[in-house]
Amino acid sequence: MNKTQAKSINARTIDDREFFYGHKACAGCGGSVAVRLALKVLGENTFSVLPANCMSAVGFIYPQMAFSSNAMIAPFPSTAAMLSGVAVGARALGIKGAYSIGFAGDGGTADIGLQALSGAIDRRDPIIYICYDNEAYMNTGIQKSGLTPYGATTTTTPAGKNLPGSVRPKKNMFEIVAAHGIDYAATCSIGYPQDYMKKIQKAAQVEGTAYIHVYASCPTGWGVPTERSVDVAKEAVDCGLWFLAEYENGRFRLNKNPREFKPVKDYLKKQGRFRHLSDRDIETIVQQRDAKWEKMRREWL
Amino acid sequence: MPGQKTFVSGDEAVAMGARLARPHVISAYPITPQTVVVERLSDYVEDGSLNAEFMHVESEHSAMSAAMGVSSVGARAFTATSSQGLLHMCEGLHYASGARFPIVMMNANRATAAPWNIYGDQRDSLSMLDCGWIQVYVEDAQEALDMIIQAYRIAEDPEVLTPFMVNLDGFVLTHTYELVEVPPQETVDAFLPPYQTVNKMDLANPQSLCITVGPNLNLEIKYQQHMAMVNAEKAIDAVDREFGDVFGRYYGGMVQGYRCEDAEVILAATGTTAGTARVVVDAMREQGHAVGLLKLRYLRPFPIRQVCDIAGRVKAVGVLDRDISFGLEGTIYTNVNSALSRLAQKPLTLNFVGGLGGRDISRENIESIFTTLLAAAGGVSQPEVQFFGMECATDE
Amino acid sequence: MNRPEVQPYQKPFCIKELPLGSTFTGGHLVEKNAGWRTFRPIVDQDKCTGCLRCYLVCPDGVIFRSGDEMVIDYDFCKGCGVCAYECKARAIEMIKEEL
Repeated sequence: MNKTQAKSINARTIDDREFFYGHKACAGCGGSVAVRLALKVLGENTFSVLPANCMSAVGFIYPQMAFSSNAMIAPFPSTAAMLSGVAVGARALGIKGAYSIGFAGDGGTADIGLQALSGAIDRRDPIIYICYDNEAYMNTGIQKSGLTPYGATTTTTPAGKNLPGSVRPKKNMFEIVAAHGIDYAATCSIGYPQDYMKKIQKAAQVEGTAYIHVYASCPTGWGVPTERSVDVAKEAVDCGLWFLAEYENGRFRLNKNPREFKPVKDYLKKQGRFRHLSDRDIETIVQQRDAKWEKMRREWL
Repeated sequence: MPGQKTFVSGDEAVAMGARLARPHVISAYPITPQTVVVERLSDYVEDGSLNAEFMHVESEHSAMSAAMGVSSVGARAFTATSSQGLLHMCEGLHYASGARFPIVMMNANRATAAPWNIYGDQRDSLSMLDCGWIQVYVEDAQEALDMIIQAYRIAEDPEVLTPFMVNLDGFVLTHTYELVEVPPQETVDAFLPPYQTVNKMDLANPQSLCITVGPNLNLEIKYQQHMAMVNAEKAIDAVDREFGDVFGRYYGGMVQGYRCEDAEVILAATGTTAGTARVVVDAMREQGHAVGLLKLRYLRPFPIRQVCDIAGRVKAVGVLDRDISFGLEGTIYTNVNSALSRLAQKPLTLNFVGGLGGRDISRENIESIFTTLLAAAGGVSQPEVQFFGMECATDE
Repeated sequence: MNRPEVQPYQKPFCIKELPLGSTFTGGHLVEKNAGWRTFRPIVDQDKCTGCLRCYLVCPDGVIFRSGDEMVIDYDFCKGCGVCAYECKARAIEMIKEEL
């Protein structure tokens, strides 16, 4: 049975096979939760494309091939372009019922991969593009990317006497793809796996292009103990620094609107990459959060 | 059965050849002087004479990436570019050849910036000789059309499985018109069967493509790739012969020698320059000079044996380069010298660099080159690397 | 079999045995990740409520329901502890591996 047609997608109705298994990711890797679950929602008839990133670096090391469904590594800048070629080539060959899905990191999406993603959405190629966001170039050793948040220490934005780590905010990828008029876009977190799986299923049913932005923790790069990996990705949503929303039929919709946020300070201080932040830095971050939520509550509900 | 004759430009001939080859997807980005190729292909898709998907990619890097995606599911891909675009997709060139995707790409040879210049020379493709693509250089529009069809046959051969670049001189060939015979579709279909391969993602038999291979096996994989390119010569010759049998036009395979058998000196040239040189050879032969032309068709794989056989018998070989590898010499010269170094007795070789940035190469230029070669063969010392056709005096 | 297992691997002896270029069989595993572990998860089946959250959030996909029990593939468990931390019923304990 085509599981994505199932009315309700949950732990019992997803494919019980593992399509991303035996990989060499760090213990507790949030990115691998994102990849693993997406493939279980979509099933075996998938063509996956991954650029140079952690998930490809750990999944294709000859002779250990961790992807048991079809998968290919793309050049770093062109996940979306290669993925489009896969989808259009499959269509030209008359291959039906297969999903073309890309898994790129935050750098591979918002920085070097942005042009190709823009082109793919513009062409309305039938792809599902997943950005798993661990907020830095983790594969190369934790360097700042366009999605590194304000105040995070990375190896290229080290926090010290003069700077609080990264001084720029995250690029607004969700609204950038929405501005293209994309058919479907959603924000997710591995801390809310049920919501993520449901959105993957929705993306699979879209006729056109779909973009999923999933917050995927990196215990190594964030400086959290491995067992807290999923919990910290949940707390990001609970404290309001990340959000669960969708863009569909030209409209934004906030999926989860907490009455009360968990303290931002708690979320930040439990991560090594934010531990240096002063109260003033944290106050800046809280204000940025509040400004964003004020806008979302006004326009996306 | 002969096809219809039509009066078209080099670019248009390429588009016709591509249409006949039945690609599944075209992913190409416009760049002068290739633009007419993609424009014609768009027309063909629109009017239904070409049943292909046309992807409006947003850059050349994406054009090559998309073509690789197409090939990775077992579909036939076509793309075209030039100069800056070829350089922009350079990462993809290495990638496609290492992944063994038999993509066919037309390249309009054009000067590379800086400074900006949209006219013809061969620095773009010659700086890409190392990236693992088969490279052929065509002389006229007929050869261009024919080679697009041959390219797929050779590239998709399971023993080859190597991407293939068909080079046309920018403007001089892409935008000049000649009478071209367009073979009938049925004849092309019989000659070029659909693409079949195991090198693809397959729902029935899942594969991992473009994997990581570390120091434990990378050397061997690259040896395998090199040998596939070396052995492609067999397919190149066989396809050339079969093409001649079916379509009536033989091109000689890796090289085409003209009046070299009893020549005292010969000139090695590529592309449209070979056409001009052939006319000069005939004229000079009339005057009693024993000159010949060695048209180098393929530069990768390099025709080592053929060059040695033909050039080994003459006193002096001139190599005409529309290219300069700054700080050394013309790239084709380096390649020819390397081939000839295998001979116990190497003939005298001289490099003639010119025609850069669209500077015309005239019959007078070539005649003057032959005169220099004859003088050199007669013992007159010549500078090894000379720029010809310059309009400024140099210090020398 | 719903997950790949380790299979024997022989390094290619000659060029003909090499994978072609950069393509190889999917789901081909030659070594375990068990050696990464310092702690191993042990499930108390009586406390387990069958919510399957551990199954969803395991980065390596090694914990799954088999009949009435939660089973762990210790060949590929890295001992990250996410399952134990996420289990609301506190049915999973991380025990230090014996050397």
